[in-house]
Amino acid sequence: MSDIQIVDAPPGVEGSGFFATSLDKAIGLARSHSLWPLPFATSCCGIEFMATMGSHYDLSRFGAERLSFSPRQADLLMVMGTISKKMGPVLRQVYLQMAEPRWVMAVGACASSGGIFDTYSVLQGIDEIIPVDVYVPGCPPRPEAIIDGFMGIQKLVQTESLRRRNEPEYQKLLASYGIQ
Amino acid sequence: MGKISNEELLSKINSKFGEQVTTTGEPFGLLTIETGKEQIISLLSFLKTDAALQFIFLTALTGIHYPDQEKQIGVVYHLHSLVNNVRIRIKVFMHDTDVHIPTATVLWDGANWMERETYDFFGVVFDGHPDLRRILNVDDMTVFPMRKEFPLEDPNRVDKKDYFFGR
Repeated sequence: MSDIQIVDAPPGVEGSGFFATSLDKAIGLARSHSLWPLPFATSCCGIEFMATMGSHYDLSRFGAERLSFSPRQADLLMVMGTISKKMGPVLRQVYLQMAEPRWVMAVGACASSGGIFDTYSVLQGIDEIIPVDVYVPGCPPRPEAIIDGFMGIQKLVQTESLRRRNEPEYQKLLASYGIQ
Repeated sequence: MGKISNEELLSKINSKFGEQVTTTGEPFGLLTIETGKEQIISLLSFLKTDAALQFIFLTALTGIHYPDQEKQIGVVYHLHSLVNNVRIRIKVFMHDTDVHIPTATVLWDGANWMERETYDFFGVVFDGHPDLRRILNVDDMTVFPMRKEFPLEDPNRVDKKDYFFGR
């Protein structure tokens, strides 16, 4: 017997020979288990991410096998590490190059809030320049915490309405960051 | 030890510059002298080109800010004579209202980025520098962050107040 586990079907109506569910849920299920992360690793949180990606913790169990080093093919921007103010426009550019739908995860204290670097040269949290979906606390977070954050992203992806990215609230959110 | 003692070095400098150079000490055996910005280039040039001294290497060039002094802003040069294995430190202080000093890029190309960094952090303007703009900080920064009047932490932040941490 194979011990490969398969995700449960989303809630829907089942009968002999058919299964009906909403398109939102089917697409959310597919997307959440095939997220392509773009690791934007600038410091020690990036090392923890390498452990997360490695065989011991194995992020590929969650369908994130394929890291995308091109933002144009990535679904999830994982920002891991201190972002200096000079790096800010670069990170923003990377975010702008990603296609919708896109999610952002701020891993660690520095990406979330600047961390211990409350100083003139460091961005006090990446949410000053791009919208963030999930924050992972820790300095640096353990791989378990990064996986927990990733599962938080999966939850968001599964429950997101297909129309969300066209809604005025979302446009307003982007506009508040100066992104069209 | 170097081939030239600090006494010999100092007497050579004094015989050429006399009152224009003052000695401030020899911490850790490093001869430290102070001069004004009018003769800094001729002093550096003398140290570099003198046949016996040959301070051909500019180890470091940086700034310093003493807000309690009359002349607040300082520029510090570290020179190394590779031939004699001797080092020397030269300080120049100036008023914070007139932070102009001649560039050392006429003597060492290596001074270029070090002077840009000193400008970036202390606002010292090196007259004659070929490309004096910020090197490490963001280009649109309006302050010189290593000056003491610049607050260490962002005063507008509210999420790092003491009461959040039980202090």
